[in-house]
Amino acid sequence: MTEKKTPLHAEHEALGATMTDFGGWMMPLRYTSDLAEHRAVREAAGLFDLSHMGGIAVTGPDAGAFLDHALVGNLSKLRRAGARYTMLCAEDGGVLDDLIVYRTGDDEYFVVANAANAETVLVAFLERAAGFDAEVRDVSASQALIAVQGPRAAQIVTEVLTEDPENSGGTAFDELKYYASLGMRFGDEAVLVARTGYTGEDGFEVWVATQHAVALWRALLAAGEPHGLVPAGLAARDSLRLEAGMPLYGHELDTTTTPYDAGVGRIVKLDKVSDDGTPVEFVGRAALADRHDDAPERVLVGLRGTGRRPARAGYAVVQRDASDAGSLGSRVGTVTSGAPSPTLGHPVAMAYVTPEVSAEGTELAVDVRGRAEPFVVVPMPFYRRERG
Amino acid sequence: MADFPANLRYSVEHEWVDDATPATVGVTSVAADALGDVVYLELPEVGATIEAGTVIGEIESTKSVSELYSPVSGTIVEVNQAAIDDPAVVNSEPFGAGWLFKVEVTGAGQLLSAEEYAQHAG
Repeated sequence: MTEKKTPLHAEHEALGATMTDFGGWMMPLRYTSDLAEHRAVREAAGLFDLSHMGGIAVTGPDAGAFLDHALVGNLSKLRRAGARYTMLCAEDGGVLDDLIVYRTGDDEYFVVANAANAETVLVAFLERAAGFDAEVRDVSASQALIAVQGPRAAQIVTEVLTEDPENSGGTAFDELKYYASLGMRFGDEAVLVARTGYTGEDGFEVWVATQHAVALWRALLAAGEPHGLVPAGLAARDSLRLEAGMPLYGHELDTTTTPYDAGVGRIVKLDKVSDDGTPVEFVGRAALADRHDDAPERVLVGLRGTGRRPARAGYAVVQRDASDAGSLGSRVGTVTSGAPSPTLGHPVAMAYVTPEVSAEGTELAVDVRGRAEPFVVVPMPFYRRERG
Repeated sequence: MADFPANLRYSVEHEWVDDATPATVGVTSVAADALGDVVYLELPEVGATIEAGTVIGEIESTKSVSELYSPVSGTIVEVNQAAIDDPAVVNSEPFGAGWLFKVEVTGAGQLLSAEEYAQHAG
């Protein structure tokens, strides 16, 4: 398969990035050091190319009603300029993708899909749009996505973008709330700025027309440099989101997982109703309603390593053997993501385990290539930023 | 193409070894760069007998774990405790302070010159 390149590909090469395949895209894994990029985001700011993410515009009088039918969330009630984390599920309740939906107008929404699932989401949307007066349009190719994340992000964005009273919906940039968006300007160009991210820090994601992506990237790099901003790759993005306890599709989420399994059942709105007050039989509702009432077979938990060796995705979670710390007890689950936490200095992991061993403080072990490494169940997120 | 110290010899698995007695062994800058930031080293213990071409330890980075092969056969006489305590030195100075262990050599595996290794790693 030929990997696709983002509009910023030449910028990454010029910066000396190590590139990797991700969801069919050639993306920067790191520019210099995973750890340095991770720490820059925690302490100053990082700049991310996220143009591989899929972007779908949904417009029309039934746009909200269509999204209520297609997704598990209550998108018709989303306030103008708001953003919401939601999921696309199959009829059996399995997760096809996790998404962020922005309401960009009364009858306009913008949906962000994972790169590897963008096609799946588009196909599902087109199928599920039958009977609704709504247009579904893939705008991935015409829009680039650049994220600025970290405690200095707001200052950096202020220096590069300007307020756009005609498209801001009356919101000033310094009033922009978490999980909300507004229209701004980069020079003469309109951009969509959202206070969202995948790092556990304050930060912004900026949608810009593809032809202006390089100029915006360079402007953010130049403005950010005095603040300590560095370009950051997917390696840092993954360790940041893991510390923040955020799921990654293909790891914590897949078609065999329901939102309840993943601990985000709160985003499933079983009781949502249409404008005329009738219940919305959204796709997957029946299966999810059953699942809601059942005791879970497995629970997503956070694990903190008390040794030094990190657990990795796919490793078995086992009972700890009280008599022999190094030996492997019976299997109780599977690690979905794991790494040494750069911020905390010890291994962290997410894992699906049986409910009996999911309580906070439960001492477990992970089979790290044949040896039992001690882990304990801890609440997520592993890392929470201090809010000013 | 990177320059590799000419006084060292190299394995295809990206370890280097010098010709001192005992010999010092480390991983090359190619391995260090490919791994990303090294965060954990598992090295053989002093006194252990190792055999060229076999797995004798692990190098773990933020993103992955990779097996450590021995470029020579012999007996371990010292391990680099400073590198175990702060593995970042493997990235910053793979041919210097980031060495891994010292070994009394009884035999060598298939080793490459710096020039041959540069072509291999090319």
